[in-house]
Amino acid sequence: MAAIYSLYIINKSGGLIFCKDYGSAGKMDTNDSLRLASLWHSMHAISQQLSPVNGCAGIELLQADTFDLHCFQSLTGTKFFVVCEPGTLHMESLLKYIYELYTDYVLKNPFYEMEMPIRCELFDINLSQAVQKDRVALLGR
Amino acid sequence: MISVGKIKQYTNVLERPLSKGKQEVSLSAFAFLFSELVQYNQTQVDNITELERRLEDAGYAVGARILELLCHREKGNRRETRLLGILSFVHSTVWKVLFGKVADSLEKGTEHEDEYMISEKELLVNRFISIPKDMGAFNCGAFVAGIVRGVLENAGFPAVVTAHFVPVEGQHRPRTTILIKFAEEVLRREATLG
Repeated sequence: MAAIYSLYIINKSGGLIFCKDYGSAGKMDTNDSLRLASLWHSMHAISQQLSPVNGCAGIELLQADTFDLHCFQSLTGTKFFVVCEPGTLHMESLLKYIYELYTDYVLKNPFYEMEMPIRCELFDINLSQAVQKDRVALLGR
Repeated sequence: MISVGKIKQYTNVLERPLSKGKQEVSLSAFAFLFSELVQYNQTQVDNITELERRLEDAGYAVGARILELLCHREKGNRRETRLLGILSFVHSTVWKVLFGKVADSLEKGTEHEDEYMISEKELLVNRFISIPKDMGAFNCGAFVAGIVRGVLENAGFPAVVTAHFVPVEGQHRPRTTILIKFAEEVLRREATLG
């Protein structure tokens, strides 16, 4: 059973720039993914305003009955989030690592246009390796 | 503590030895700079061949300078005059200074006498670069090809140098081969030298 269901990256204006499904069940079509991305973007923004705590940076973890949603926002406003099995550990570090891959293989690629959908072969390769490694670590426990 | 006395004072700037300098620069800084170089050149051209040529020209200037520097620093102001000598100079000395390692392999072309190939599993300049599908066989290694051409041409070995992706069996990523095709005069001279 896959621990990670899917990964999304949204740009600072809420547009979906990368999306990948890992689980076999509950695949979404492109329109639903786009909708989910912009919905999450807005919810994240609203949560910052509504938070009773000062200096809140937005939702980091959303826990539901059937899934957990971990979100990481970079300083430039790009958001990375994974939807995973409830109770999956080490998602923060995975997101940080994915952010690292993004800065390496997407931002240093001269053929990538900022804020546009990510189509970089090297990013895909390294990402699937990272997720694979994570899965192995999960199975090993 | 600053110890001024320790550094030997040279009265003439020309007598001062050329320092090796700091050997390494940040890979990220280089990657961003190179990315900008490619992006800038992309705005100046309207086809891929032209982009390749511009990158090569940028590399050529580096090659010309690196030859000068390394001949002085490593070879006591002498340069290689033989074909194999200059090739191994590029393959090991130049590569080591530029990329911190010698190139993966140096081979002679099987089909043509005047062709040599320097292959690299993962060229440093291509480390973070994914070529979009619509750009076909374009390779940013054109910059490195330019460096090699700059070294060779200024050492008196005019050649046509190009960079190509070569698929490797069992590997995701193709390797980059720098193909060197020497001018006729070079081979003729080599033959006379024996």
